[in-house]
Amino acid sequence: MKNSSTIGGEFAKGIWRENPVMVSMLGLCPTLAVTNSAINALFMGGATFGVLVASSFMISLIRNVVPKQVRIAVFILIIATFVSLVDRFFLAWFPEISKALGPYIPLIIVNCIILGRAESFASRNGPFRSLLDAAGMGVGALLVLLVMGMIRELLGTGNLFNVPLTGGMITPWIVMILPPGAFLTLGGLIFLGKWFEEGKSR
Amino acid sequence: MSLFLLFFTAAVVNNFVLVYFLGICSFVGVSKRIGPAFSMGLAVMFVLTITAATGYMIYHHVLVPLHLEYLEYVSFILVIASLVQFVEMFIRKTSKPLYDSLGIFLPLITTNCAILGLALFIVIRDYDFVESIVFSFGTGAGFMLALVLMAGIREELDLAPVPKPLRGIGIAMIVASALSMAFMGFAGVSFGG
Repeated sequence: MKNSSTIGGEFAKGIWRENPVMVSMLGLCPTLAVTNSAINALFMGGATFGVLVASSFMISLIRNVVPKQVRIAVFILIIATFVSLVDRFFLAWFPEISKALGPYIPLIIVNCIILGRAESFASRNGPFRSLLDAAGMGVGALLVLLVMGMIRELLGTGNLFNVPLTGGMITPWIVMILPPGAFLTLGGLIFLGKWFEEGKSR
Repeated sequence: MSLFLLFFTAAVVNNFVLVYFLGICSFVGVSKRIGPAFSMGLAVMFVLTITAATGYMIYHHVLVPLHLEYLEYVSFILVIASLVQFVEMFIRKTSKPLYDSLGIFLPLITTNCAILGLALFIVIRDYDFVESIVFSFGTGAGFMLALVLMAGIREELDLAPVPKPLRGIGIAMIVASALSMAFMGFAGVSFGG
């Protein structure tokens, strides 16, 4: 974590240089599973962001009280509590989205990004820094999800956010909204990211 | 007969890894060599089956009678975390080399979405006890199948001239895409009920 001593850097590193999805390969399950439309991806990203920020802050506050041996169990319990809250919230306010995302909302509990940040950052740093770090990571994950969702929805159905865009000019590439398309899109994005980084360092 | 279909559907048609994207982290992480992939599959299968049984008991015999369904997630994750701890101790005592080769991915079974996903699916689809066990067994078999297939392909990939930016995770994703497409061939299979 070099070079992240400034407050802005703490936030910005999650977006590109240490992007949790593209670089650390964490939290791939939701990235692949719910990005079959841009709306789903946006809500999923938002939920992950909320849980990540809230639990990082909480964990950072209690980091000196929790004994080392049981810390993982305590972290998971805190995360599970916040996820239950988000789940109830979605159920009440966005029943449609809640239905579409199904079990993937409770699965945020086992999203490695959240536990990963808790273990490697929030349990070692103060609440303010942890908040910034979590916000950066959350935005980074949200962006990847959104891009994936947009690519897949556009190629798979010709729509974007349920708005018809291509007007029947291209044949919808159905496979993109099916599981293989998810793997393919992520593979392509990783390729582009690494290719870009390589070009920069040359 | 229908139990067999349930098993087959869980293992192949709706493969957890390739169709529901559950357990991707260990799928990508431990699929470099066939040996560890196989052991990982066994460990996950064991945890899956016990989780299914325990989760079913807790949900239907503790949470529902007490109207505490909203504690579902918290109690499931507690069961899983303690089970994984147990499996970890067991493997460390019985096979040190295996313990070393699985490394960090062993405790990470806790955050393997396949396990929590399974417990949730059992509640959502309202399986009875026997069905839950069969379902978890099928899921475990499917997980192992995907992991071992992937490991076999990646062992060969080491010898192939892959473009540099694609090496490692990138090509793994593309291969997974092809595998997933192959598994989708089963999607049209109907079992008459």
